[in-house]
Amino acid sequence: MIIIDRESTEAIRAHGSRDYPYECCGLLIGKFEPDGSKLVLETFAISNAREEAAKRNRFLIRPEELLRGEQYARGKQLDVVGFYHSHPDSPAVPSQYDLEHAWPQYSYIIVATTKGNTGDFRSWEQRPDRSQFDEEEIELRT
Amino acid sequence: MAVTINIPAPLRQFTGGESQIEVQATTAGEALDSLTTLHSGLRRHLFNDQNALRNFVNVYLNDEDIRHASGTSTPVKDGDTIMIVPSIAGGSVVESEIGEELPELSNEEIMRYSRHLIMPEVGMQGQRRMKASSVLMIGTGGLGAPVGMYLAAAGVGRIGIVDFDVVEQSNLQRQIIHGTKDLGRRKIESARDRLRDINPHIEIETHETRLTSQNALQLFRNYDIIVDGTDNFPTRYLVNDACVLTGKPNIYGSIFRFEGQASVFWGERGACYRCLYPEPPPPGLVPSCAEGGVLGVLPGIIGAIQANETIKLILGAEDLLVNRLLLFDAWHMKFREFKLRKDPKCPICGPQPTITKLIDYEEFCGLRAQPSAHPPQSKLEEISAPELNARRLRGEPLQIIDVREPHEFEIARIPGTKLIPLGHVVMRMNEIDDSVETVVHCKGGVRSAKAIEALKSAGFTGRLINLKGGITAWSEEVDPRVPKY
Repeated sequence: MIIIDRESTEAIRAHGSRDYPYECCGLLIGKFEPDGSKLVLETFAISNAREEAAKRNRFLIRPEELLRGEQYARGKQLDVVGFYHSHPDSPAVPSQYDLEHAWPQYSYIIVATTKGNTGDFRSWEQRPDRSQFDEEEIELRT
Repeated sequence: MAVTINIPAPLRQFTGGESQIEVQATTAGEALDSLTTLHSGLRRHLFNDQNALRNFVNVYLNDEDIRHASGTSTPVKDGDTIMIVPSIAGGSVVESEIGEELPELSNEEIMRYSRHLIMPEVGMQGQRRMKASSVLMIGTGGLGAPVGMYLAAAGVGRIGIVDFDVVEQSNLQRQIIHGTKDLGRRKIESARDRLRDINPHIEIETHETRLTSQNALQLFRNYDIIVDGTDNFPTRYLVNDACVLTGKPNIYGSIFRFEGQASVFWGERGACYRCLYPEPPPPGLVPSCAEGGVLGVLPGIIGAIQANETIKLILGAEDLLVNRLLLFDAWHMKFREFKLRKDPKCPICGPQPTITKLIDYEEFCGLRAQPSAHPPQSKLEEISAPELNARRLRGEPLQIIDVREPHEFEIARIPGTKLIPLGHVVMRMNEIDDSVETVVHCKGGVRSAKAIEALKSAGFTGRLINLKGGITAWSEEVDPRVPKY
């Protein structure tokens, strides 16, 4: 389960709209709770609209960027608990490619974006045996 | 050596909650092996079924990515810290684009590639990956010849070739993709036929065009890897910049006389060509192979290294020539290697790029006359070969100075000329009679223009005229008995 507040979901949606038709992405910063759920306290935007040429670069967040985000999180006694990215004009479902490039425990939020709008907002977690993603429950805190 | 490995938060469930694990190891690879022996549940998240580090998993040894050092064989010291950091993949990629669906090999192909298939580093998976991959070669000259032939033989599924030249006699000393029967043919056609003969199972795409700022990005986008086999600076910078802008690796090679260089420039992983050479050399300083010569076998060696690195890259091997510049001296038979670093101020691959689209590379390399604010240099007077011949036949008083090297003089000469090599021309200025007109010539007209410039700067007062097109023009337009070289 992932617990997230409206402010963070709005920030993610706004980032997705802003970067459409490109993918946006960012870090989810918060806490891994002892019961296995994740609490998101902040989002950390990474990408800006990338130029056409870089669109096919399939790694959206480079390790240096993640390291920077982790450093920022540690400064607040927090962790990177997952990532968000947008699927422009396609459903908020992870691909086989996403599966092969993920780790368990992290939350992977995907938001579907269309022109001027955002649609489905779903979160996914990889099984510890890497066999598939399971959708996780999003608890919206107000 | 005792090494500490920091375990990222989501993977601590496999280490019983531990955030740091200490292991004994001599290399980064050994450290990861000990870690995953200790905590076997971790292994599948770091390594794939072929036992290679997953491509999104990055390993840092004391803040340096081991891919930029020696990969998993990077040595570790007592007290070192290893960090494991993922890259995060993007999502909405069309399945067919992601290349995970690899093409099958036919029985015929399995037989053909059997020497590859029996090595675990290649195997069926690697050979299929080769079949799924595409490589664009810029140029089918000295470097492009071995590159194309070995990549075709290795089974790279789609090879694109860019060239606009025709096969000439003087190419055949090194461009072994072309034969005597191909003289006068378009190079892309001759190359295509040769590659098709080597391997009929692959696709060959020909692009008969000069690579330009207008067409480079579009061309590059259709291929996975670009191999630079060009022989001039403007195109080299163009290839580099277009590779950085499209995120493609640039397999670089260059040759001159007995010396060659090779590297893999890849903005996403390390240094690019501009990190190494931010500025081109002044025009004319570095002679081309046509002017300075090249040992025929040299491009064979450098081109084979480029093909080697291309194949390794496709197979996902470590220890590529990324951030490494390999220098080879064929005459003294020596290999040397320099470490390269990404320039944080690099105008194209740095974090704050100032070049965001392709520019005019002729101008960048100073090869195009720019409308200048300076008063024009004293104008270079020129004469054509037939005109010079006519004046000589009329018996007009003039002397001809040949500024080429003695060994070139031995190959071919214009009768009745005096040889003073360019490097000696100022020193031996007093041997030139300043009371009569002087025509200066070389092979093609570049060095003679420089000699005239140098003589004028040194205070020579006689009239100096450059022979347009050099002895080559003389052979073509006046006397075909003088051999061209």
